[in-house]
Amino acid sequence: MSDARPVVLMGNVPPPARPRSLPGRWLKRLQPRGTSLVTSVPYLWLLLFFLLPFIIVLKISFSDTRIAMPPYQPLFSWGADQVLQIKLYLSNFAFLVQDNLYWQSYLTSITVAGISTLFCLLIGYPMAYAIARSNPATRNILLLLVILPFWTSFLLRVYAWIGLLKNNGFINQALMGLGLIDQPIQMLQTDFAVYVGIVYSYLPFMILPLYANLEKMDLTLLEAAADLGSRPRQAFMKITLPLSLPGIVAGCLLVFIPAVGEFVIPSLLGDPGMLMIGKVLWTEFFNNRDWPVASAVAIALLLFLVIPIMFYQRTQESGSGGGHR
Amino acid sequence: MMHGRPWFRITALALGYTFLYLPILLLVAFSFNKSRLVTVWGGFSTHWYGALFRNQQILDAAWLSIRVGALSATLAVALGTLAGMALTRFGPFKGRTMLSGMVAAPLVMPEVITGLSMLLLFVTMEQVIGWPQGRGMTTIVIAHVTFTMAFVAVIVQSRLTQMDESLEEAALDLGARPAKVFFVITLPIILPALISGWLLAFTLSLDDLVITSFVAGPGSSTLPMVVFSKVRLGVSPDINALATIMISIVAVGVVIAGFWMSRQQKARDRDAQMALAANQDLIESLKKG
Repeated sequence: MSDARPVVLMGNVPPPARPRSLPGRWLKRLQPRGTSLVTSVPYLWLLLFFLLPFIIVLKISFSDTRIAMPPYQPLFSWGADQVLQIKLYLSNFAFLVQDNLYWQSYLTSITVAGISTLFCLLIGYPMAYAIARSNPATRNILLLLVILPFWTSFLLRVYAWIGLLKNNGFINQALMGLGLIDQPIQMLQTDFAVYVGIVYSYLPFMILPLYANLEKMDLTLLEAAADLGSRPRQAFMKITLPLSLPGIVAGCLLVFIPAVGEFVIPSLLGDPGMLMIGKVLWTEFFNNRDWPVASAVAIALLLFLVIPIMFYQRTQESGSGGGHR
Repeated sequence: MMHGRPWFRITALALGYTFLYLPILLLVAFSFNKSRLVTVWGGFSTHWYGALFRNQQILDAAWLSIRVGALSATLAVALGTLAGMALTRFGPFKGRTMLSGMVAAPLVMPEVITGLSMLLLFVTMEQVIGWPQGRGMTTIVIAHVTFTMAFVAVIVQSRLTQMDESLEEAALDLGARPAKVFFVITLPIILPALISGWLLAFTLSLDDLVITSFVAGPGSSTLPMVVFSKVRLGVSPDINALATIMISIVAVGVVIAGFWMSRQQKARDRDAQMALAANQDLIESLKKG
């Protein structure tokens, strides 16, 4: 079981199209009926429940709001003389562009996600490095310890930080007990708490692809560098770091992309006034019941994320989450 | 390089693991706190565990979550395995890029987007074909299957690429039909991956708040939804008790599963080795003969 999450996150699935021995694709013998059956079931499921929904979101983002259930106008309707009427309301998107609130929340989300990703990298890289360079027996235990929090509830791990960061929480009590401060420091409901929450929750997503990469690295390269008179620091900068770049990219994308749309962490730990786009979408949908605007927010977020998501898929496909040999 | 600067490695690990585990340990410790104030120690007590088990709302939500989790994990394993097989064993086929894209995307898609889009799909479907009627367990299960099957597919995919295909080829050469090869050879070998996948899908389903909140109807509150609404109002000690129970189950489960799987894996590798060696002997003897 311990192999579950790292496999998911390392992105080390080599492309199967790689030329194998000729009889390699033995299931080809099933073709055409068997293979198409095996392929079509998950294919249809994903088309229906993953792709189609996005098209519907796109459609509704161009609809006008109405007070009914569902609370939006149909895009297509039959006019009096049997003419198909298509009404595209661009007002939802115009609204997004004009209202400062949305710009600000996109900007805040990207900044928060970006800075958190950087901190994850700064904390995760030394850890991944240390795990990859320890001896094999310890390595498995250390790795298991990184994965273990994953199997416990994300929501409850975020909740744990409320108890730590509160005014009468553990950190403030400890600091006051040590005589370092007289007054509790306000930490909960600040941006700081959101950063801590994101870094804490997403740290394993950074460590695992980095570990997968560093563990595969050819250590003889470093020996060669040392033989040629390079100092460890220099060897690290010139060999280890550049070679681990695919792991860094995979880890950063795995942290950054979901962090941009994060809802739970800012709503539990952050300032109620803090605008992050995941929270804005949630509010538009649940509190304002404005489905078209919520859809437009989702489409705009998706347009922004489509580049990093495709980039992430490219790294998955080329298996560059792993190291070079 | 294993030897350069051990103090650096030890510091990095010590700080890192403290950061990862201190919040969880404190959470567990304060679940045994007598005081209602979650962060002030008032003596040892198991009072909050009793309170938890008398809370009908939490019990109902937990039971719903377990049912949803088991059902969606099972479906996700079935669909994820098919997707994994298609992506690793069929070579290039029409629509392969599309399938692999749709399998990888849910792994990183922000949950608010997935949740919103699934809900709008269900609403549209109800308008157009009259199904699903309203929202509840069915819609939650469909949504969970969709986002967890991606994880299963990736695990299965990686196990299949590690697996030695010559075992499957040998069975085919000996006249087994492809379906039989799958059930007799492939399935037992990738079974650990399927179990991991099921457990992972179950855990993710049990834990999901955002997607579920979108697709759940009134009267179908899952455990995370109840926890979130309680936690939003501040810390409450019975949630600490709940967290402790969940963490204990996971810790025990992970340890047992880890042991069992490493043993299974060793046995299986040995079998595979022996089969390959036997094959080799056969080839050698044929060459001589």
